Amino acid sequence: MARMKFLCDAERCIECNGCVTACKNENETPWGVNRRRVVTINDGVPGERSVSVACMHCSDAPCMAVCPTDCFYKTEEGVVLHDKDMCIGCGYCFFACPFGAPQFPNGPSAFAARGKMDKCTFCAGGPEENGSKAEFEKYGRNRLAEGKLPLCAEMCSTKALLAGDAPVISDIYRDRVMHRGKGGEAWGWATAYGRPENANEGAKEQKREGAK
Amino acid sequence: MNARIKFAVVAALLAIGLSACGERPQVVQYKQGTYSGKPDTPPWDNARFGGNKQAWVDAVNNRAQSQNEYKSVN
Repeated sequence: MARMKFLCDAERCIECNGCVTACKNENETPWGVNRRRVVTINDGVPGERSVSVACMHCSDAPCMAVCPTDCFYKTEEGVVLHDKDMCIGCGYCFFACPFGAPQFPNGPSAFAARGKMDKCTFCAGGPEENGSKAEFEKYGRNRLAEGKLPLCAEMCSTKALLAGDAPVISDIYRDRVMHRGKGGEAWGWATAYGRPENANEGAKEQKREGAK
Repeated sequence: MNARIKFAVVAALLAIGLSACGERPQVVQYKQGTYSGKPDTPPWDNARFGGNKQAWVDAVNNRAQSQNEYKSVN
């Protein structure tokens, strides 16, 4: 069964912020709410790397664990969503999330003026009728119900940001690394992406990297 | 008699006090591929896919392949 994930290839991300713009436009998020953003490490220094970050739809999501109103849920296809009618805007999820995904738009809520939490929905809407106006206003577009993938990934000009079923996008990334001949030297590569049929190619690649 | 009461009180206090020290799972027990949560319609339950989950999975996976330019170019 599908297990929806994002994968950002830092070798390809050019920090164009196209994903951020696409997300903001598609979901019409308010000022101050950026469901996705691009983080750059060593900005301006040769070898700088950028990576596009949003909710990673964790398999064991900490936001779900800490929410006092239990407003989060996980869909069958592995997308972490939340019910804004139950959210009290306490901000616990923000502290729990290692990616800084939960966003607060300022507005009425039970706790202070943070407003109800907003985050990336993997373009899967929320617990309202699929494709309804109420769903769009609260959670944004439901592209998954249309058989489409999140717009941030579909709009990515260099295809650095991949979205889809985990095994499918892992295969795409593995293909890419085998073709370009680098990336596979990363620690844990063999565990995460290595496959018995690619073992020889992986060894060749390691040898090539070692010879450099 | 007095010692018995003391013993009973200490035992009761210990039982109450230590009851909070039990190790309970702090994380959500999520079973992969099962639905856990609020009433929500699955993405394949609409006019386009007519409740056919496999058709939806195929549609999404086909679309995901458009992200692989090695396949589209070669």
